[in-house]
Amino acid sequence: MNYELLTFIWFVLLAVLLTGYAILDGFDLGVGILHPFIAKDDRERRLVMNSIGPLWDGNEVWLVTFGGALFAAFPVAYATVFSSFYTAFFLLLTCLIGRAVSLEFRSKVESPAWRKLWDAGFFLSSLIGAFLLGVAGGNVMGGMQLGPRYVYEGNLLSQVYWYPLLVGCLTVSLFALHGAIFLYLKTEDALQARVRKAIARLFLVFAGLYVIVSLATFLHVPHATENIANYPVLWIVPVLNALAVLNIPRAMHLGKPGYAFFTSSMVIAALATLFSVAIYPNFMLSTIDPAYSVTVDNARSSQGTLQTMLVIAGIGIPCVLSYTVIIYWIFRGKVKLDPHSY
Amino acid sequence: MDVETLSRLQFAGTIMFHYLFPPLSIGLGLQLFLCELAFFRTRNPAWEAAARFWTRVFAVNFAMGVATGIVMEFEFGTNWAAYSRFVGDVFGSALAAEGIFAFFLESGFLAVLVFGWDRVGPKMHLFSTLMVFLGSAFSAVWIVVANSWQQTPAGYHIVWQDVQGEMTARAEVTDFWAMVFNPSSVDRLTHTLIGAFVLGAFFVASVCSYYLLQHRHQDIARRCLSIALPSALLFTVLSAATGHDSAQKLVETQPAKLAAMEAHFQSSDEPTGLTLFGWPDAENETVHFSVQLPYLLSLMVYNDPTKPVPGMDQIPADERPPVWLPFQTFHLMVGLGTLMIGVSALACWCWYRDTYERHRGLLWAVVLMPLAAMTANQAGWITAEVGRQPWVVYPSIQNGVEMMGLKTADGLSESVTAQQVLGSIVLFGIIYSLLFAIWVFVLNNKIQHGPQSGEELAEYKRKVKSETMADKFGQSGQSLGGDMMEDDVR
Repeated sequence: MNYELLTFIWFVLLAVLLTGYAILDGFDLGVGILHPFIAKDDRERRLVMNSIGPLWDGNEVWLVTFGGALFAAFPVAYATVFSSFYTAFFLLLTCLIGRAVSLEFRSKVESPAWRKLWDAGFFLSSLIGAFLLGVAGGNVMGGMQLGPRYVYEGNLLSQVYWYPLLVGCLTVSLFALHGAIFLYLKTEDALQARVRKAIARLFLVFAGLYVIVSLATFLHVPHATENIANYPVLWIVPVLNALAVLNIPRAMHLGKPGYAFFTSSMVIAALATLFSVAIYPNFMLSTIDPAYSVTVDNARSSQGTLQTMLVIAGIGIPCVLSYTVIIYWIFRGKVKLDPHSY
Repeated sequence: MDVETLSRLQFAGTIMFHYLFPPLSIGLGLQLFLCELAFFRTRNPAWEAAARFWTRVFAVNFAMGVATGIVMEFEFGTNWAAYSRFVGDVFGSALAAEGIFAFFLESGFLAVLVFGWDRVGPKMHLFSTLMVFLGSAFSAVWIVVANSWQQTPAGYHIVWQDVQGEMTARAEVTDFWAMVFNPSSVDRLTHTLIGAFVLGAFFVASVCSYYLLQHRHQDIARRCLSIALPSALLFTVLSAATGHDSAQKLVETQPAKLAAMEAHFQSSDEPTGLTLFGWPDAENETVHFSVQLPYLLSLMVYNDPTKPVPGMDQIPADERPPVWLPFQTFHLMVGLGTLMIGVSALACWCWYRDTYERHRGLLWAVVLMPLAAMTANQAGWITAEVGRQPWVVYPSIQNGVEMMGLKTADGLSESVTAQQVLGSIVLFGIIYSLLFAIWVFVLNNKIQHGPQSGEELAEYKRKVKSETMADKFGQSGQSLGGDMMEDDVR
């Protein structure tokens, strides 16, 4: 297969992995963010946690596989991105560890103090994790101080300015909304009624931020729209995105929460696609000199490796999709507690 | 301290901490599968109660493995950017294959294994357990392949690229299967997996022997021991055999590592002896207080007691690994391995004679064996990884062409400062210490709580069934669980 085409396919596959991660772990993180506000007693807290109990671990694998695939297909991008975000990334890892152990350990001991501790851990790690993902995305969108030979010359402070922080807030509100719709599907009675109220409020917050970030992106990241300007067919993505955003309250109003969940997944997919479209062909744009940027061309692996990896993906992805469907099918319906629950 | 020392410390610390958990997941996964298979064949609820109990222990351990493993997946990029660029074409594909083939499999079916007991039939559950076990074993396959390639590279060539005016080398795959089946993959993989099986078998045997000492859960403890003790014996013996194979290959592929493991400094024409104990002193090229058996190293390496083994003096001075640490960890591993063979053989003999439960000293020895197995696993990896220094990727000769290697010191991230690394070491030092304490606490909690008996489980299942029926026919059956089940949760 043609080297250029292979490179493009791998860029798309990585975008798919990242989108899959954002949709699937997005609702896990959202559930974590809502956890202290929605659940009023221990039983409800356990219900909320167990709504993602069997699922979060598999969802996190999308991120791990994204990391592995980036390493394999674009090693230079893997090396540059993760070493540039050194401190931020270790904080994100801390959050992912915190989330995993909070879920796993919370219900193992009866003491209220113990459970309170892990409740706080679950909330904070989900909130900060979602925020950091957004901040990193915002930085990649805006470009970074990349010097010659892919050496990052900025530091943590140069990654903290208004635009990435705004994208971080957008990510938190989006995941919280997505998680709330998921919880609505999984809960019943009083708890569900509270979730319903939260969805309405979260939607307003998210919609507001969505407008603000869209405007900010036009103003602050002019190169983000270049690809869309060059390929007008891509206009379909932001248009569908806006329609999907509006469809969330409509679907909830029609009493179709499953449809609303599908729609919020599509909002995430559209935003992730816009992100990929905006950065292509760069993985990391240098604000010092565009010649220093990490691009798909200078970051990619050899043709042979990309080809082998495509075969591996061709065998692996159908397997992954089939058992993802099986697991979600087995654990469908309202969440119930049993002796094996968290 | 400089970035190099700190990054080395951080990698060693995070990988060693991570490696506390995956071998137990792999080994316990096998024992769990065998218990469930026994249930599937006999339909005796005691076996299911045992499997449900080991699942709870497994889940805690698995979560720790996932939490600490995700750090490893990204640490190559954060701390070793130059290394990542050099090996990405090769190492990255193995890591990505691990994600696609192993992680999705185990994490997906883990949900059924842990939460699916009352949701799926026994056949589906058994299948899920098998998939989780296979997933964790596949994960070992890919990661050991990637590691072995760095020790004995094959199926690649070096390509020089112009990176903004500077010529930079990287390894590119030329033959995928030669890369996967490089000269040390199979030996090192079998040795690693068997090390994990030993730990799993001793872990089960340890907990069950503890119950016997306490006169609790005796029925289930005896059942599980009847699987765990013979498998411990089988795997410890196999471990010695695979380890021997690995060591024999070293003399060709990594003679420096072999010389370090044996603290063999000076080559000579005489047959080489085996140092049993000692205190190697690399500066003076001697071993203090050494106890040596003549001819033995030659015999073990070449199957020929007279052929001399090359020493460290054959290796250029700037390519020699540290000696003291690989020597001690290697000897510790072999010593513990021998001890484990002895204890499991004795335990099996007593089990066969039906006197196992009368020997309290033996029971206590078995209770302590998981520590020996865990230490041996760690010591083996320290030997392998310190013994390959200063190389992170060994130089090699492919089809008569010399290929450059990569030294660990040249693999660092250029943009990362010592302060940043120190910061992450402190952060993760605190987090990992807390996690370790909690893991021990929760594990102990679970073990003290113990399994349900077969009768209790059968009673519970009857209750679940009647409640599901009540739900189905619309009567206001109390929903399952909630507070009344609270006690069973722990």
